[in-house]
Amino acid sequence: MPKKRADKRAVKRADSTLEIRDLNVSFIQGEKEANALRGISLSLKRSEVHSLVGESGSGKTVTSTCVMGLLPTPPARINAGEIILGDQDLLLLEEKDRREIRGKDIAMVFQEPARYLNPTLKVGDQITEMLILHLGMEKTEAVERALEILDLVGLKGGKRILDSYPHELSGGMKQRIMIAIAISCNPSFLIADEPTTALDVTLQLQILNLMLSLKNRLDMGILFISHDLRVVHDISDWISVIYAGRIVESASRETLFADPKHPYTKLLFESIPDADKRGKRLQTIPGKVPDAENIPGGCAFHPRCPIAEEICRTSQPETKNLGGNHTAACHFIGKQWKN
Amino acid sequence: MGKLTGPMYGILRGNMEFLLFLFRRFLRLLLTILIISTIIFFVIRVIPGDPALVVAGIDASDEDIQAIRARLGTDVPVAVQYGRWLADIVRFDFGESMISGASVNKLIMERFPLTLTLAILGIVLGIIVAIPLGVLSAVHRWSFWDYFGMVYSQMGMAIPSFWLGMILLLVFAVKIPLFPLFGSDSLKNLILPAIALGFARAAVILRLTRAAMVEELSKEYIITARAKGLTNRMIRYKHALRNAMIAVVTVTGIQFGYMLGGAIIVEQVFSLPGLGRLFLYAIYQRDFPLIQGGVVFIAVIFSLVNFAVDIIYSLLNPKIRIS
Repeated sequence: MPKKRADKRAVKRADSTLEIRDLNVSFIQGEKEANALRGISLSLKRSEVHSLVGESGSGKTVTSTCVMGLLPTPPARINAGEIILGDQDLLLLEEKDRREIRGKDIAMVFQEPARYLNPTLKVGDQITEMLILHLGMEKTEAVERALEILDLVGLKGGKRILDSYPHELSGGMKQRIMIAIAISCNPSFLIADEPTTALDVTLQLQILNLMLSLKNRLDMGILFISHDLRVVHDISDWISVIYAGRIVESASRETLFADPKHPYTKLLFESIPDADKRGKRLQTIPGKVPDAENIPGGCAFHPRCPIAEEICRTSQPETKNLGGNHTAACHFIGKQWKN
Repeated sequence: MGKLTGPMYGILRGNMEFLLFLFRRFLRLLLTILIISTIIFFVIRVIPGDPALVVAGIDASDEDIQAIRARLGTDVPVAVQYGRWLADIVRFDFGESMISGASVNKLIMERFPLTLTLAILGIVLGIIVAIPLGVLSAVHRWSFWDYFGMVYSQMGMAIPSFWLGMILLLVFAVKIPLFPLFGSDSLKNLILPAIALGFARAAVILRLTRAAMVEELSKEYIITARAKGLTNRMIRYKHALRNAMIAVVTVTGIQFGYMLGGAIIVEQVFSLPGLGRLFLYAIYQRDFPLIQGGVVFIAVIFSLVNFAVDIIYSLLNPKIRIS
């Protein structure tokens, strides 16, 4: 059995990276235009976890839905950019070809498994329908494969689980089912949109560990979307920080945690509670992420930035390479300030 | 007994839960029938006038009236009458019609097959029109089909069924004689009445189907279905429709229950000897046993339909079985 699958995979793909280049997306509502993504670039390699971190409203979910091809246009409009998988630009594909990639080559895991699973279909059907559709399996073969997948995601109970409805399972089990659905066709890339946010802390760790082990076993690239730097620290190889629809800093996990360059990244780190800061007042970043409709001119972060000067109000900083692909977009990279 | 584990446990547990659910629903059915028959009993007693006087007429002697009261069972205290009434109901015995003397059961059972056929035809016609059109309206919102559906449902709810019945007769029985003008001995006789009856039902089911589909299509699990790369057909018909049907089945079932009580107006227009007309004449003639029996019969039928709807509902919606 495993041999047969290996054959299919060999024929299927030569793609080892998923690359987003300069993606620019707006939402149009009547006369108003909200610029949700303003030139996002990031690349995701197989068997690597690339985390996209930012506050709510920064454009994380728009990025992931756009990669999946699930952005409704209108109201959304893709102004510019490419999403390259293998040798093709996904944004140029017909809906039919796009659909065949969804779930098969790029799969997605969502935040709240209870709402994202169909309440009236047995869990087994929700897994096997993908195998039947994308891999052309017979029903019995698909059930066999679904049992293997349950094993992979650490669900004991086999057929009994397949015959359950989502409401009969616990929150953690449901998220494992979501992951089972996502990995069922051995996708090259997995987009995980805050997959642990709705779970309690002990479960979070289990699910993160599961995703890491699956990444290694299945040679998948994971785009991990989160607002929580602690979670990201445990799981990522590479981290990009997004603010108001732009990536402000991107670096390997070690580099970013040891030597953050952008003031926004630094402030994010200071707002994480940890043992060293015991007894001190926790830092928060004043203000909030601007609406996509009213993004400040110059550097979008300048109204909240402790080191902003006149140039930050007038000119948007370019993204500079600081060596080793560590990039940051700030006029005063590395400048210190006092609290 | 050892602890049950594995697949057998799941199957057993599932079936036990389902049996328990059936049992609870059945008890509720009995309770409903008891309450309704009690209400009917007292409502009939509250209506002014003595049925014995109605039967006897103005020339009757006191002895005659006493005799009739004894025959009708109204010569004993109300509590005793109520006890007898309940005992009769348990045996499904509603006495005899005061007018024709035939047993109420026999009269009802003679008419019921026609009403049942008419109701089934009407609801099937309604479903055939309403569900596909409702789904189409929801899937292609603001398209031609959606506007067509809206116009149809407005008309369906606004046009009275007696008017539609007469127009249908005028056009399809008189001008273009495709269907017979009267009679009730073949299925062909029932087509026009079924259309007159189903037209308005379809309007209601259509609106509901559209609303339910629109709601389901906006839920999060649909995003999952799209992210899985499923075809639109699978997303709509396997995922959304299944969930939308939960609400539709309930309302359709209740509509069907109403229709089984007899469609008085449509039966009148098409001169069909169904339950509706039977009960209408019973009311005209103050035929109390027949009215009582009729109301209880309708209540039982209605409760049985609801019972069936509950079962279908629980099969469609696995969550309901637990509560």
